[in-house]
Amino acid sequence: MTTNPSAASADKPQFVRLTEAHRKQVGLTVDGVAITALTGDTVLSAILLHTRRVRDTEFSGEPRAGFCLMGACQDCWVQLEEGERIRACSTFVKEGMHVLTRPAGAVEA
Amino acid sequence: MTSIDKTSMQRIVIVGAGPAGVRAAETLVAAGVVPVVIDEAPRAGGQIYRQPPADAGFARSKRTLYGMEAGKADAVHSTMARMLPKLDYRPDTLVWGCGAGQLDTFHAGRQRTVPYSHLLIATGATDRILPFPGWTLPGVYTLGAAQIALKAQGCSIGRRVVLAGTGPLLYLVAYQYAKAGAQVEAILDTNPFSHQFAATPRLLRQPSTFAKGLYYVGWLAARGVRIERGVTLVRATGDRAVQAMTYRDGDRELTIPCDAIGFGYGLRSETQLADLAGCRFRFDPLNRAWLPERDTAGRTSVPGVYLAGDGAGIAGADAAELAGRRAALAMLEDLGHRAANAQAHVVKLDRQLANIAKFRIGLEQAFAPHLDCASHWPDDMTVCRCEEIDAGTLRRCIRGGEASEINRLKALTRVGMGRCQGRMCGAATAELLSAETGKPIAEVGRLRGQAPIKPVPLSIALMAELDEAPDHLAAIPEHARDE
Repeated sequence: MTTNPSAASADKPQFVRLTEAHRKQVGLTVDGVAITALTGDTVLSAILLHTRRVRDTEFSGEPRAGFCLMGACQDCWVQLEEGERIRACSTFVKEGMHVLTRPAGAVEA
Repeated sequence: MTSIDKTSMQRIVIVGAGPAGVRAAETLVAAGVVPVVIDEAPRAGGQIYRQPPADAGFARSKRTLYGMEAGKADAVHSTMARMLPKLDYRPDTLVWGCGAGQLDTFHAGRQRTVPYSHLLIATGATDRILPFPGWTLPGVYTLGAAQIALKAQGCSIGRRVVLAGTGPLLYLVAYQYAKAGAQVEAILDTNPFSHQFAATPRLLRQPSTFAKGLYYVGWLAARGVRIERGVTLVRATGDRAVQAMTYRDGDRELTIPCDAIGFGYGLRSETQLADLAGCRFRFDPLNRAWLPERDTAGRTSVPGVYLAGDGAGIAGADAAELAGRRAALAMLEDLGHRAANAQAHVVKLDRQLANIAKFRIGLEQAFAPHLDCASHWPDDMTVCRCEEIDAGTLRRCIRGGEASEINRLKALTRVGMGRCQGRMCGAATAELLSAETGKPIAEVGRLRGQAPIKPVPLSIALMAELDEAPDHLAAIPEHARDE
């Protein structure tokens, strides 16, 4: 595994799938980018298997990537394209889901 | 035996389907009672025996998932599965409010009020967090989170993982990670080995649990996993995500490159519901936290409200199973139910629980949190990750004489006022207040709970229900609404 110590670039994944990789694939988008997850992945896992950021804080705008994974810290709220807000750690991926990690209308290219 | 449901209008509700809730339900069902079991998770087991998502193709055996606890996990899961036809089971359901004999719940975008005559709160625990600079960086998780990622998702929290803090979970997670093939860079235990050695006599009250702990440490050491004890966590650093963990060992500062950190200092009880139910609290020196009062059977100060499991004070999963049974027997007794052999059962449960309580004192001795940490926190370290309140803001408020009590400090600075309601920052704020004021932690106050105890999304589905439940929406304070 190669690592570049000088940059914690957000395009690297945070999570590593160690096992249980033989589940059915599910297609979804995160901020318009198509990604593939597996049935039973949480939205949080799906995002973090591709990048190291899940949301930005409301005040400083710092990146966050969840913290407790058990629905207590409330630090992984994201939005679905239809407007519904979800806690990424306790919502499972669905085929065709469109996840927005930035407030609606502020999606960056 | 009399069936209570047929003879009265009693409605028994259990919140939480972990080891305490499941064993309580089992005891009630055996007595002919049909309890309502409400659980926020989609499957029973709680955090400790959390199951991977159902029908998703997860294939690991219970032995792989729960190791030496596989038998206990399986027993809790299969007990629940067997009882399903005899229960009113409501998984995936958040209880966000409680008062005057009813619970406010939220499921699949819908609000629902659940009345109760008797309520068992078995809401479990989360990691006890004492922060270090950089703890809000992406890649820094709780130890519990690290375990959930592996158990319920088959994932590691990173490629190169540092596990830090203290408590039994530290070594268990390290063992589970290393065994699953994750790269554990180091275990940074803030307690010196001497504490763990000194606690041995008390820990031997539960010899098999003690032996498992020794086994994990031995297994890790034999595989060359780096274990540092008696260290101080200095800071996590990185550009928009964690890249290294720095700790101090004596006079030396050492840095370990990593892309993930899991940390925690034991567990803290989820007590918000007991608070809303009106239970009286007392400061518990062992847990270093305010806990709802209860008798040995689990009765609170409010008639009809009972507690069991880690939500009533940390004692672990085995104690939770016993306490769940015990509280259910107390409920049955209070309902006037005469079960055969109940008294013998009670005597045995009370003896087992007393023994675990002594073990628990030993655990706290072995894994005491780092108590003088608050005075070392730099002013620019975030304490409250929801509202982004740093230590300096809190210190200025305390030193200026504006606040010497935690709820006053919350009102003035918004610490603990965010979405998590102080679950992540409450312990740290209390430690900081104690360090700054010189008052014992028992005297800096108790962070009060408030409905909704977790954010309730005002989804389109819920808005459509406005006509049905206007009172409940009005009960959600403006600031806590999520849209």
